[in-house]
Formats: sequence, C-alpha cells, structure tokens
Amino acid sequence: MSENGNAQRAATIAVLVENEAGVLARVIGLFSGRGYNIDSLTVAPVDETGRISRITVVTSGTEMVIEQIKAQLDRLVPVHKVSDLTLEGPHLTRELALIKVVGKGENRVEALRLADAFRARVVDATTGSFVFEMTGAAEKIDAFCALMRPIGLAEVSRTGAVAIARGPRGLI
Amino acid sequence: MSAATKPASTADALTMSGAEVVLRALKDNGVEVIFGYPGGAVLPIYDAIFQQNAIRHILVRHEQAAVHAAEGYARSTGKVGCVLVTSGPGATNAVTGLVDALMDSIPIVCLTGQVPTHLIGNDAFQEADTTGITRPATKHNYLVKKSADLARVVHEAFYVAKSGRPGPVVVDLPKDILINKAPYTEPPSTEHRSYRPQTEPDAEQIRKAVRLLKAAKRPIVYAGGGVINAGPEASRLLTEFVRMTGFPCTNTLMGLGAFPADDRQFLGMLGMHGTYEANLAMHGCDVMLNIGARFDDRVTGRLNAFSPDSKKIHADIDPSSINKNVPVDVAIVGDAGRVLAALIECWKKEEAPQDKHVLTAWWRQIDEWRAKDCLRYRQEGRIIKPQHAVKRLYEITKELGRETFITTEVGQHQMWAAQYFGFQQPNHWMTSGGLGTMGYGLPSAMGVQIAHPDALVIDIAGEASILMNIQEMGTLAQYRLPVKVFILNNEYMGMVRQWQELLHGGRYSESYSAALPDFVKLAESFHAKGIRVTEADDLDAGIREMIAHPGPVIADIAVAKDENCFPMIPSGAAHNEMILGEEQEGGVKGVTDEGKVLV
Ligand SMILES: Cc1cc2nc3c(=O)[nH]c(=O)nc-3n(C[C@H](O)[C@H](O)[C@H](O)COP(=O)(O)OP(=O)(O)OC[C@H]3O[C@@H](n4cnc5c(N)ncnc54)[C@H](O)[C@@H]3O)c2cc1C
Ligand SMILES: Cc1ncc(C[n+]2csc(CCOP(=O)(O)OP(=O)(O)O)c2C)c(N)n1
Ligand SMILES: [Mg+2]
Repeated sequence: MSENGNAQRAATIAVLVENEAGVLARVIGLFSGRGYNIDSLTVAPVDETGRISRITVVTSGTEMVIEQIKAQLDRLVPVHKVSDLTLEGPHLTRELALIKVVGKGENRVEALRLADAFRARVVDATTGSFVFEMTGAAEKIDAFCALMRPIGLAEVSRTGAVAIARGPRGLI
Repeated sequence: MSAATKPASTADALTMSGAEVVLRALKDNGVEVIFGYPGGAVLPIYDAIFQQNAIRHILVRHEQAAVHAAEGYARSTGKVGCVLVTSGPGATNAVTGLVDALMDSIPIVCLTGQVPTHLIGNDAFQEADTTGITRPATKHNYLVKKSADLARVVHEAFYVAKSGRPGPVVVDLPKDILINKAPYTEPPSTEHRSYRPQTEPDAEQIRKAVRLLKAAKRPIVYAGGGVINAGPEASRLLTEFVRMTGFPCTNTLMGLGAFPADDRQFLGMLGMHGTYEANLAMHGCDVMLNIGARFDDRVTGRLNAFSPDSKKIHADIDPSSINKNVPVDVAIVGDAGRVLAALIECWKKEEAPQDKHVLTAWWRQIDEWRAKDCLRYRQEGRIIKPQHAVKRLYEITKELGRETFITTEVGQHQMWAAQYFGFQQPNHWMTSGGLGTMGYGLPSAMGVQIAHPDALVIDIAGEASILMNIQEMGTLAQYRLPVKVFILNNEYMGMVRQWQELLHGGRYSESYSAALPDFVKLAESFHAKGIRVTEADDLDAGIREMIAHPGPVIADIAVAKDENCFPMIPSGAAHNEMILGEEQEGGVKGVTDEGKVLV
C-alpha cells in the first residue's frame, strides 16, 4: 500500500441484486453518501423470472477506495454478488447509443460515410435527419459524436457501459 | 411462497388482521417488550396490543426515546430491541435514534405506521417518505405493499437486524395492510436469499495472525464493540486469550467491559481521551491485534502517524470495516467469538515458542508510562471534582455489590465515566459512541431497567444533555422504573467549553447552561426524588441516598465548572502528542490549523 497508494484506477463493477423496490436508490445513495464517483451506471433484470437485476457501474478511485466500494456494495442486504471485472481479468465492455443527426445535402452523405466507417446502423431516416444506432466502447461513441458535431449532431442517447468477463466463467 | 414459508395452519390462514400478524411475528421472534408511541396510522396495532398479554408495551414520551430505550434494552440483553411509532412525525422523530443504532451497531426493529397504500405519494395527512428518509439511517428497510409479504418481511427484519454486523431495520406498514386480513407464516428455516454474512474465520488467516503474534516483541490487543456484539462468551474468550498470551489489552469506548478493567493487563481506554499508556503502547507496538473495533478517528488520531511501526491484524465481521481507514497486514473476516476461539486453539497448537522474555521488556516500558498516572486528579477543598464524583460512585456501587448498569449522555461526563468507572463485564455499559447523541442516556437507562428490573441502573449525565430527553421522567414514573440520574452539573456544555478554551481563544460562545431548572423540583414534579449536592463532604452521603431510594432519582451534583477532560489527543495530532492534565505536566499545547477543521 506504500508507493502507489494514491494512484487512481478505473473499475467496472458488476453487481447482481435482488430486484426489490428501492434497490437502485440504495446503490446510488451509497455512492453519493460516501462520496464515490459514478462514471456510468446501467441496470436491467437478467434472469428469466425478473427477480435478479444486474447493475454495471463504472467508477474510479484509489485501490483502497475501490476495495471499500466493493465491500460497501456487498454488505447491502439485497446484493447477491459483486464482481470487479477490471481486476478479475479480460472482459468486454459495450455501450449502446442512439445518435440523431440533422442536415441536408453534402452533410447527409458525409454522415452516412462516417457511419459506415464506424459500423453505425441507420435505424430511422427522414429527408432531413438520421438516427444512427451504434454499440462499442465508450471512446468509439465519443469519437463518432465528435465527428458528427460539425455535420449536424442534434441529440444523443446512451445507455452507459455494460460489461461481461471473457471465457466460460459466469457470475451467477 | 417457498416450502419454508407456508401458512402456519390453514385454519388461521386468513382469520388474522395484518396487525395481528405483526404481533404474532414479533412474538415468534422472541419479542417481550416494545417501546412505542401511538398515532392514527398504527391504531390497528395498538388495538391488537390491547387484546393480548404476550408482549408488553412501554409508552415513552418521545419517539427518539423509544429507539434509545430499545438500544439500552438490546445492548444490555443481547436481544433485538423493538420499537413502534406512527407515520410522519412519529417516524421522523425516530430518525436520530435509528442513526445512533446504525453507528453503534445495535440490533433494532422499528415498525413505523404509514398512510394506506392507495394514498402513498399523495402528500396525505401525516405522510412522510419513511423508507426514503431512513434508507441511509438503517441497515435495511422495507415498505410492505402486499398482505402476503407481511409476515415474511417482519421475520426477515429480525434476521437482518441481528445477523452479521447488527443494526437498525425499519418496517413501514401502511394502514390498510394492518387492517386487511393477512396470511401468517412461521419464521423461515431456510437461508436468506442474498444476505449471509461470514461468521467462521479463515483458518489460514488465523495461522498467519498467530505466527505474527508469537513473534511479537511489543504486541497489543485493541478490542472494541464487536466483541460485545458477539455475546458474553466472546468477552470471556478475549480475557482467556489475553491472559494466556500475557499481552497488554486496551478497549475502545464501545468495547469497555469486554476485558475486566481491574486486570493488570488492562491499559484502560485508548483514543482521544484514552490513557497515556494505552495510546503510547498503540503508537509503539510492533504487532497489533484489532478485534471488533473499527479504527475510528477518535481512536487513531492523525492517520499518517498512527502506530507507524506495527504489523496490523484486524478481525471484523464486516469486511467493509477492514482496510477502510487503516491498511492492515492480516484481515480476518468473522464473528469475534469464533475468531477468538480459533486464535486460542491455533495458539496452543502452533509449534513456534513464545519468548516471554521479550514481553518483560515491553511491560517494563508500559509500566513506565503507567507511572505517569495520567488519570490522577486532586480533590481538595469544598468544590467537587467531576472525576471524583464518578470515582466515588464507582467505589460505592462496588462496595454495595449490586449488579450495576451505567448509561451516559454525551460530553465530558461521558468521558469521565469511561475513565473512572471500572467495567468488569460486558453489556453493563451503554453509551452513544459513534453518533454522540446528547439525550441518549436517560431513555437508554429506561430500556436497561425494563430488562433488568432489580438491577441498579444509573445514567451519568450532564446538565445540558439531560434536558434533551427529560420528558422521559414521566415514563419512569408511570412504570415505576427506579433509574438514577446522576448529573455532573458544571453549568456548561463542558465538552464544547473545553474545545473553545483549547481551540477558540476561550471565547465561550453559547456554551453556558443558562436558566437551568431546579432539578430537585423538576424531579419532584415527575413524582421522583430530587437530591442536590454542592459540597465535597456531602458527596458520599448523596450517592448513598440516591442508591438507597427505591424509586427514580435525579441527583444534581454541582461540580467544578472549568474542569477539562484529560488526557486528550487534540484533533489532527498523533498518539504521542497527547495533552495531559496539570497534575502530570504544566500548560497545554496548541492545536494546529489542520487539526481545527476536524471534529
Ligand atoms: C465525546 C466523545 C468522545 C469520544 N472519545 C473516544 C475515545 O477517546 N476513545 C474511543 O475509543 N472512543 C471514543 N469515542 C467513541 C468513538 O466515536 C467510536 O464510537 C468508538 O471509538 C468506536 O468503537 P469501536 O471501534 O469499538 O467500534 P464500534 O462502533 O463498536 O463497531 C464495532 C466494530 O466491530 C464489528 N463487529 C460487530 N459485530 C461483530 C462481531 N460479532 N464480531 C466481530 N466484529 C463485529 C463492526 O463491524 C465494527 O467494525 C468518543 C465518542 C464521543 C461522543
Ligand atoms: C444532539 C447533540 N447536539 C449537540 C451535540 C454537541 N455536543 C457535544 S458535547 C456537548 C455538551 C454537553 O454538555 P453537558 O451535557 O452539560 O455535558 P458536559 O460536557 O458538561 O459534561 C454538545 C453540545 C451533541 N453531541 N449532540
Ligand atoms: Mg455540563
């Protein structure tokens, strides 16, 4: 704990929770109440009965703070399991974004050309607009949005990161 | 519904109201006493209480006091304390007590009334978002929205309150749920779905700890409230372990009583107002065993100067307590009692011999620190020193040999109680440590007295704190609870005054206790006995009179007004930068600017 005690790192943490009322408020309240960062947070039910939800939270802090975050999450009564994907090995992180670009003429052509290069799909089109759907790492979506901004970026909706470990190992 | 939670019998399946189901669930969880205050939303429960005899209801005079009373009851018995309050203001009044129980890890189940389910969210009369408000104030909370869930939720609340690191749990009960028929199910025999704290320690970690401890030249055992939480057997094992190893032992404020105060191996309390020898031994040790304590800032002082040369072992049932403030070398997750049993067993088995000779040098050093006699004070003349008042109270109760429980309010008197009253056994000392809630002591004493009707229960109080829940004198009268309130009346919020003297140039802003009541008349108006002592020569007689009286008493002891509580580690200082009293050395050192921002 000596030399790099103050070094910050990012952590992608997966949390399996009992899908009961107030559970998300509990997790978010924990972060705000104890002054931890939330870079992104996503949640949805993941089992067939809808009883278990998976929360993916991307946070950052010193090693000691991240260990605290995990221990604090784990002691919440409705929490089944906490897993630090960043620490536990190779994992995939994806985010989904819907991106609306408004424009005419050459800008439309340029938008489509860029979308093609980024493997973004057109999911809605009018004569004056496109909605692109893309998944990828957050940085890829950031880069795409930055390129679209001068062309006519009108609106962005993003899910935040979801993540899963590579290989056969499962969390449940 | 799983197999384990099927209805008790089909006959009573739907013959009970929700309120009756709640009472039955309390009874099946061993509740004998409930501290509460009625109101519209909980009238169905009060109606059910009226019609049964199994559970005794104690009517307090303020909902905060109901929670503190339940805390005193819980801490002195090891059981879960139970509270019942109405919606809105009933619930909000209980919040301070809930946070107090959360900070001090006290198991409480608090039932709160709520407006009927169809009105929730409508700003209905006496509606408050109780689960929202109490979410960060509890270990867990529930809003029961379906009658079918009612019994299961109440059972679960008891399980959560007492398992792992104990804490307060709120169950919010809408009025329609209490009135409508509900199925009753027995407490489940199956494991909780998600909450299963680890109690059994890892054998490898125990071995690592024992190896470190056997090789230690300057060891110390630092034991806290977790040992009390783990039950009296854990305190017995702690004592056994400390005696077999020959190590010195210190307790936190919350851990007092876990190790007998009159034992030669006991160094007294550590921390901000701890003893010179305990703090210097913590500072100079080479191996520290923390068992059931949480490296609180009142204990560590300045973190980067805390026990700089030691290997640290930390045993705690809550993994989030470990490596939170202080990084440790060996982490042991488990119940303090189980950990101590495993340490004792492993200590006996482990081959490596212990070199008791090295301990001799360490004890010689400790005895030198002890020789400072850091708690010495001089009682001379007519004015009563507050330390002397506590010391005489201790000696007289010891001489009388009655089972004695002490509660306190918050301030200097609390610290003097911790320093001068010797606790020989666990569960006999109740104080508000983590939150530091003035007004805790009187209601807490009430709860202790309910659980131990024949014992001597004394609230060591300050004249300012006692006024924060003084209305509970009414409860004492109603239930003939012979609680003794022993006020160290220095006419100041002494702890505040002390900080103003040391940190704010002696500008005593708003810390004088002006317009105090006549405590003797106040006692009498509540059908209690009032005693006032102003002369040192009358102190013993006053204490004896207080104890001899069969009913509740307020003993108002006029003490020196400007006495400070020493030793003291000022905020932001290290253990070896302690301020001692005039008796030990002259003058008082200053506090750094960095220290001033700390509480
Ligand atoms: C005016 C004032 C001055 C104070 N000055 C001091 C002082 O000088 N010295 C001092 O010590 N305190 C002092 N305090 C109290 C201080 O604020 C803390 O409340 C106290 O130090 C905490 O005690 P603890 O570490 O034993 O932890 P507790 O709060 O008792 O926590 C118990 C720990 O044990 C764990 N635990 C619970 N159950 C178990 C179990 N079954 N098995 C194992 N572990 C378990 C918990 O997870 C937790 O980590 C003061 C308070 C006030 C109001
Ligand atoms: C509810 C609450 N409000 C404020 C404080 C801050 N505080 C701590 S000690 C103290 C003074 C207590 O005075 P008294 O009860 O007379 O005790 P003394 O220190 O004089 O022994 C105050 C105001 C607190 N701990 N609790
Ligand atoms: Mg006072």
